[in-house]
Amino acid sequence: MYRWLLCFRYLRTRYIALASIISVTLGVATLIVVNSVMAGFSAEMHERLHGLASDILIECHASGGMPDPEGHLEEIMKVCGDDVVGSSASVHVPAMLGIDFNGQLITRHVNFVGLDPKTYDDVSHFGRYLLHPENQSQVSFQLREDGFAPNREQFPSSGWGYRRARVAYERALAEEQARIDALRNPASSITAETTGPSETGPSLTISPPQIFEQNNEVAASEFDPAVEQFPGIILGISTSSSRMRDEDNNVRDHYYCRPGDDVRMMFPNASDNAKVVNQKFTVVDMYESGMSEYDSTFAFCRLDQLQEFRGMIDPASQVRSVTTIQLKLAAGADLNAVRDALRRRFPPNVYAYNIQTWRDMQGPLLAAVKLETTILNILLFLIIAVAGFGILATFFMIVVEKTRDIGTLKALGASGGGVMSIFLSYGLLLGFVGSGAGLIGGLVFVDHINEIATLIEKITGQEVFDPTVYYFTEIPTIIHPFTLVWVMAGAVGIAIFASVLPALRAARMHPVKALRFE
Amino acid sequence: MSFYPLLNQMAKNMNSETVLRAQDIYKSYHKDRIEVPVLRGVDFEVTAGLVTALVGRSGSGKSTLMHLLATLDQPDRGEIHFQGERIDDAPRSRRDRYRNHDIGIIFQFYHLLPELSAIENVLAPTMIGKSAWNFFRHRKEAKRRAEAMLDRVGLLHRAAHKPAEMSGGEMQRAAIARALMTDPTLLLADEPTGNLDTETGLEILKLLTELNQDDGLTILMITHDNSIAESADRCHRMQDGQLQQGMPELLIA
Repeated sequence: MYRWLLCFRYLRTRYIALASIISVTLGVATLIVVNSVMAGFSAEMHERLHGLASDILIECHASGGMPDPEGHLEEIMKVCGDDVVGSSASVHVPAMLGIDFNGQLITRHVNFVGLDPKTYDDVSHFGRYLLHPENQSQVSFQLREDGFAPNREQFPSSGWGYRRARVAYERALAEEQARIDALRNPASSITAETTGPSETGPSLTISPPQIFEQNNEVAASEFDPAVEQFPGIILGISTSSSRMRDEDNNVRDHYYCRPGDDVRMMFPNASDNAKVVNQKFTVVDMYESGMSEYDSTFAFCRLDQLQEFRGMIDPASQVRSVTTIQLKLAAGADLNAVRDALRRRFPPNVYAYNIQTWRDMQGPLLAAVKLETTILNILLFLIIAVAGFGILATFFMIVVEKTRDIGTLKALGASGGGVMSIFLSYGLLLGFVGSGAGLIGGLVFVDHINEIATLIEKITGQEVFDPTVYYFTEIPTIIHPFTLVWVMAGAVGIAIFASVLPALRAARMHPVKALRFE
Repeated sequence: MSFYPLLNQMAKNMNSETVLRAQDIYKSYHKDRIEVPVLRGVDFEVTAGLVTALVGRSGSGKSTLMHLLATLDQPDRGEIHFQGERIDDAPRSRRDRYRNHDIGIIFQFYHLLPELSAIENVLAPTMIGKSAWNFFRHRKEAKRRAEAMLDRVGLLHRAAHKPAEMSGGEMQRAAIARALMTDPTLLLADEPTGNLDTETGLEILKLLTELNQDDGLTILMITHDNSIAESADRCHRMQDGQLQQGMPELLIA
């Protein structure tokens, strides 16, 4: 009883000890904040990575892909049918994206994916990352009128409205150019170049005004971009835009093209003697997952169209080929077990298939994040360990200061163990107070992290989470109760550990020497 | 000189039994590899119901002897018996219990715990002697006894005061109340008036005498002051680590 009484009294009267645990408090608070933010980032990344990639991915490395995906699916269902809740076949092909921007051709290397809009959402969260709200609920490769990215104030007008205005502007410009040319050289008759489905695209050199009336004078017999579109394509937002700061330091996105524009895709066909297919597409939406790796490298079109363009349809049997089959497994299914079962069914020495789980695919990235979290935790725990040395030094001072009291307690019959337990309990109490304060501080910080980030930005003028780098509108945080427990336990443990030596010294103190200490 | 106190004193001496006995005690300290003998074959007894004074000059070894009698230190040679039980080489837990329960100690510099109030200081021996749960169960009873002890030494009105808020005399009274808390058989007083002015010292001395006379408390008082020693029932004189030869003086109040 006297131990706790003295502990509490020391706590109330020895402010130097309280000062020594401020570092414990800060360490615990920092650990909680860092772990929460890292867990938030990690979970967000996991969700996005997992949302983009299905649970199991079966890729065929042959240029012609794997024929008869339905037959393959039947075999797959035989192997792991109980675990499979969704599947989708797709074609993945490396491609070059060409965007005509102010008369210049901007090229980007992309992974071109032909997907089945009906089934692709069963295996991934593709739809939710599209800009148009209707596409989010039902993926469509038909250009929509407008209403893209309602949450983005700066997103330019897009869709059919924009397309019609652009075409009208281009035509007016071409006619004006033709008229000027005719006046300069009446002998020649230059007309505006017409466009075809697989020939040339629009050449937008000047941004059109926002309001244009539809030009009804265009001949309806030919491809009319004002009312027709090329095959639809959905571009990763970073393939066709760049993000930078303006003079006022505001973040601005600059789009090389937008829904309603036409772009050119160049990709190999599926024959053994591969040739480049040069095909025009109309951008029907954009895809923003927040993962720059995906947003800057992916482009999507309809599976059947890509199969046709690449020649992946057997002319005799009309059997279509795909390069990838994606599987969605039931919740709780063992991904690795399913992968291994499929690898046994499609052994790599026979089939040129690469069968992976989504974790296998993102293994290095996930491992890097995990390693980063671990290193941060070790470093921050070292801070608490340093705080432990502060407690050690402070406790030694307190033991020296309390030498006569220790002698008194021993004269009153307190055992060495009893005296030791006073200082161990004191360490425990300090650990609890320090880590408790750190816990509260950390939780409050995490709860208001976005407001705090805004405040820091106002004070320092420096953006904490630069939106040109991160695609998060808010800093994601997740608090795992288990993390709180082990951080608290670790901090209290360090505080107790730091008090062991001073407590031992107090316990071994000779009572007569202690009583005579001055 | 009154006749009745003399009779009373004679009766106390005749019926007395030995509470504490030290036999052939030797104790040396070492300083820079040099052995400094402090006690050199001390034989000493404390008789129940008496105030025994151990008087001597500074450095005569009287405080060292008291520390040995209180088992705060161990003799190099010799034995110490408490009510017939050898206590100097008893297990550590027994010696702790002996200090906590069988004897009470008061010091020249009071040695109150500065963080605790007067009543908490008085309760300290009970808190030390009992487990937290046991103390919690009997806390009201313990508090009542602590208040009674404070009342006995005339300090109840200062129960909630910290040592820093009390005078030297009050602190020594609180220390006496603390020493009496566990109802000890023997009170060891090491220079109880050594840090007090004459008047306050006399008050403390009077209190100790009352405790002896009214409650029959056995007291061993260590002092360098002959006038204080003269108030004791028995007086032993120490010099150069030895008790002076001859029978203990029988002092008549």
